[in-house]
Amino acid sequence: MDWMTTIGQLINTTLVFSTALIFAAIGGIFSERSGVTNIGIEGLMTFGAFAAGVASFYAEDAGMGAASPYIGLLAALVMGIIASLIHAVASITFKADQVISGVVINFLAAGSTLYMVKLLFDGAGETTLLKEGLTKWPVPLLSKIPIIGEGIFNNYPTTYLAIILVLVAFYVLYKTSFGLRLRAVGEHPSAADTVGIKVLRMRYIGVILSGALAALGGATITLTTTNTFSHNTISGQGFIAIAAMIFGKWNPLGAFGAAVFFGFSQAIGNYFQLFAWSKDIPQEFIYMLPYVLTVVVLVAAVGKSSAPAALGEPYDPGKR
Amino acid sequence: MDAATPVVELKQITKRFPGIVANDSISLKLHKGEIHALLGENGAGKSTLMNIVFGLYQPDEGSIEVNGTPVTIDSPNKAIELGIGMVHQHFKLVQPFTVTENIVLGMEPKKMGVHLDYKTSVAKIKKLSDQYGLKVNPNAKIQDISVGMQQRVEILKTLYRGADILIFDEPTAVLTPQEISELMGIMKRLVEEGKSIILITHKLKEIMQISDTVTIIRRGKVIDTLKTEETNPNELAEKMVGRSVSFKVDKKPATPKETVLEVKGLTSKNKDGIAVLNSLNLKVRAGEILGIAGVDGNGQSELIEALTGLSHVENGIIELNGKDITNKSPRHITESGVSHIPEDRHKHGLVLDFSMSENMVLETYYQAPYNRGGFLNKSAIDKQATRLIEQFDVRTPSIETKARSLSGGNQQKAIIAREIDKNPDLLIAAQPTRGLDVGAIEFVQKQLVAQRDQGKAVLLISFELDEIINVSDRIAVIYEGQIVGEVLPEETNDQELGLMMAGSKIAGGTA
Amino acid sequence: MSKVFKIFSVNSLLVPLVAIVLGLIVGAIIMLIGGYDPLLAYSSLFSTVFGNVYDFGEAIREITPLIMTGLAVAFAFRAGLFNIGAEGQYIMGMTAATAVGIKLTGLPIVVHALVAIIAGGLAGGIWAGITGYLKAKRGVNEVIISIMLNWTALYLGNYIVNNFLLQKGQQKSEEIKDTASISIGWLSEAFDNARMHWGTVIAILAAVFFFIYMWKSKQGYELRAVGHNGDAAKYAGMNVKKNIVKAMFISGVFAGLGGAFQVLGVFHYQAVFTGSPGIGFDGIAVALIGMNHPFGILLSASLFGILTYGSAGMSFGADVPPEIIRIVIGSIIFFIAAQGIVRWVLKPLYLKRKKEKVL
Repeated sequence: MDWMTTIGQLINTTLVFSTALIFAAIGGIFSERSGVTNIGIEGLMTFGAFAAGVASFYAEDAGMGAASPYIGLLAALVMGIIASLIHAVASITFKADQVISGVVINFLAAGSTLYMVKLLFDGAGETTLLKEGLTKWPVPLLSKIPIIGEGIFNNYPTTYLAIILVLVAFYVLYKTSFGLRLRAVGEHPSAADTVGIKVLRMRYIGVILSGALAALGGATITLTTTNTFSHNTISGQGFIAIAAMIFGKWNPLGAFGAAVFFGFSQAIGNYFQLFAWSKDIPQEFIYMLPYVLTVVVLVAAVGKSSAPAALGEPYDPGKR
Repeated sequence: MDAATPVVELKQITKRFPGIVANDSISLKLHKGEIHALLGENGAGKSTLMNIVFGLYQPDEGSIEVNGTPVTIDSPNKAIELGIGMVHQHFKLVQPFTVTENIVLGMEPKKMGVHLDYKTSVAKIKKLSDQYGLKVNPNAKIQDISVGMQQRVEILKTLYRGADILIFDEPTAVLTPQEISELMGIMKRLVEEGKSIILITHKLKEIMQISDTVTIIRRGKVIDTLKTEETNPNELAEKMVGRSVSFKVDKKPATPKETVLEVKGLTSKNKDGIAVLNSLNLKVRAGEILGIAGVDGNGQSELIEALTGLSHVENGIIELNGKDITNKSPRHITESGVSHIPEDRHKHGLVLDFSMSENMVLETYYQAPYNRGGFLNKSAIDKQATRLIEQFDVRTPSIETKARSLSGGNQQKAIIAREIDKNPDLLIAAQPTRGLDVGAIEFVQKQLVAQRDQGKAVLLISFELDEIINVSDRIAVIYEGQIVGEVLPEETNDQELGLMMAGSKIAGGTA
Repeated sequence: MSKVFKIFSVNSLLVPLVAIVLGLIVGAIIMLIGGYDPLLAYSSLFSTVFGNVYDFGEAIREITPLIMTGLAVAFAFRAGLFNIGAEGQYIMGMTAATAVGIKLTGLPIVVHALVAIIAGGLAGGIWAGITGYLKAKRGVNEVIISIMLNWTALYLGNYIVNNFLLQKGQQKSEEIKDTASISIGWLSEAFDNARMHWGTVIAILAAVFFFIYMWKSKQGYELRAVGHNGDAAKYAGMNVKKNIVKAMFISGVFAGLGGAFQVLGVFHYQAVFTGSPGIGFDGIAVALIGMNHPFGILLSASLFGILTYGSAGMSFGADVPPEIIRIVIGSIIFFIAAQGIVRWVLKPLYLKRKKEKVL
């Protein structure tokens, strides 16, 4: 294997791992920019990964062939929206503690997805292996470029989608009136309320977007990496996505950069033995990296917090 | 003008909250081009009434007419539609957003249905700002502009929405004297342009200065509506409080003795490295009340924090009875004989979710007899609490009641009881009467004078000039972190103090 | 003790009780949808736990670490901190106890166990202390830090086991020395070889300690003042930062002890984790259901442990996947967190009572 191919593949693997993180981190941004903390990203990804695994399997079973993984993505989207509504109802309508409500999502995701898998697959601990995962779409011409052709332009459609999503999310948040309102609700909800913006509705939209996107992120793991859903298909990616969101200062472009970096640190694990410098680093330390880095960044960035000002506070216009 | 239909008419508005009738059958007419003042004490029901007009609350009874048509205002949106705008006391502005973003928020000029047309927005704001002489920079971020400017942004927000009726809720509370006079100018300009204004305030001077009509409410009821030119401050005060009030504090001349507190060259910087205290000097002697006059934000909070050990200073010396207490811990300073009635009683003065009993030993819980070998002595604590509550007439159902459920006046009484009971050499009272009704204000001011008469040194910090003039024996004026002058209350007046507070140094000496 | 009764007044007890009932109902509905018999499932759950002494003993074994992580979360909560990091502190407690249990030799029987327990508690305390320190000194949000430290602990624990404590050829550590064991042989025999250990006793004592410390001591008064209003605490001369670190440390000690008990009393080794063990996260649920009160936590940990342990029997007896219990528990926390829903369910009851009063 020559080094050009290796680097190309490393970039490619990095993007594959990053894809789920990008989706989920952008989802997190929509929720948190509206003022709702979302610790439940992990659970929402689990729901998505589950829905994708199950729906694709049934689609294959029904003879839908190559369309099956797309049915899976669609199912994940719907599942994510439904699951995020639990978080929305509890934390927005009933003003539950947002962190606790997020914990509930993680609890429910872990329990209910496995319960349903066992129910649907005769007690098995995982979904039946998919025959038709997503396949890579090489971009004509561009994929022939050395290194980046293999690295960037020979990727899953979901990866392209994730990159487009970053740009769209940036545009929506900073260049549209919807984005202005969403951010206003997260910074100063009562200011938004007095100019007639429906605070609770905006927050619902933020949380639902986070559910849809996080679930899509989870689905990409099932459809591109594991081809099956089991209890550990999602283990920690949701929290890495939260880390990416914070690392990226709640900005889609920043989160994208962080997600790619964390994706790279996961990918490098697969190429461990190939580099002299990485041979001696224990694998566990590589796994730890995103988490430790997040702590370091948080500590270093104190006082200049870019978190939305009203993050985590239920909006209560006050009875008196 | 009386012949014309009022632009807003409130008819018999009643609003009840659990345990209280906030508005009791209130009627009010606002005419076009009029500045109508709504006068009342804290808690009289002014804000409730205006929140009803602005659609934040629904009245239980009564009706509202706008330009002669009955309307239901069930949301701020509806109020905006009807041309009613509100300039809130606590600004509703998003700090990291620009002026323009704040103003257009909720009614953004758009392209293609979604794209925020920022350029057009800026142009519109600029035009509006020029029309009313407001001089705001549309591209500045809120967090970078002064409080006075922020208030103009609030005004622009209502104008941008096409408001013809503007409600100003205690608009002068946070402004400097200059900013106040500028605001008065802006209000006059607004009515000249055909707007109508409701001004909520408890400051008689402002009413006399700017309003055409004044409606006085007390305990949720309308007491009277008068033409401003046909009344005077004394009459207004009497109607507001319900009895004749002198606003003068009875006290004998002070007999100051030795210096208790001496502050020399106190300098302190904030996070951004800007000096908030700038070589500040002052002296307080036993048996006198030194009043610190000044506009909010000129270093008062920082001075108090430095004196009580809540924050550190870069330079300077604070001496209490000749001993250096600079940058010592709050506990050390408390034990040295300083008591502190804090500016914000909810933030600093009380643990609202603690019982009254627990709150009464907030600074002494670790001492005998309340602490016995690391454990709390409940019976001693309860005994102390019971004693203080009786002695200072704090109205609470029991000592186990949480501080949160007491009225503001009773909370303040409890704090004063606790602080005075420590028998301090120096009593620091920061904004001790803020948000209280006249009865409670009188109580607090009497206590301060009583402490002085017992030979304590009292440092009074207040933004209310009347309070400073009435209570203090000496007045020091603080401006940009410095004491810029010192005067005697009987030899000064509002105008002189106002000028000094605005930084025109008159008296060269330091306090 | 009048305060205890006040805390357990009818109204405050009602919310968790109704939440538990609602949670069980949600579980039943989901079982019905799945084509299972919920009554059979719940009855086989309870008959598993109370059916024989072995299972009863094992249920107690299950309850013990839940008490500890529940206390950990509640203790921090009383000081105004959300310790979502009990999971990581629990893992660090396990790892430290395992290391001491294996590597330290030549200590007499009780002493070795005590040293291992203390090591576990300290490790948990220090791990939580990091969060507390960063919160106090740098003002960083404790929730995010402790989530990140949970995962860090997971991989750090694995690293230590893999590199220093590994049993050759297996995915777990060597066995701890017998001198470090806190198993109670005679009690285990009495419970038909269920894994009984001293940790349970210490857990109950820890709850009592929690109560006395928090509500009867000077330090507890400070912690509560800091928890309710840090500014007022500072004004009153308390060292807020020190109290934050202290609260997190003690909280972490509880969680770390829970992990130590699990190694020293139950498994006697530490497996390489493939995923987070979850006991610390369960502690959040236990604390919430127990209303962050130590005695409430004894009850809620028992409920939680019984449900979890019994779920295995339920899957055996009624063929229901045991994960249903996670759904039940998740729903219970949901209903407690969103109390509005519970109040809404209870509304008819309140109205009735009011009417009675009028009459």
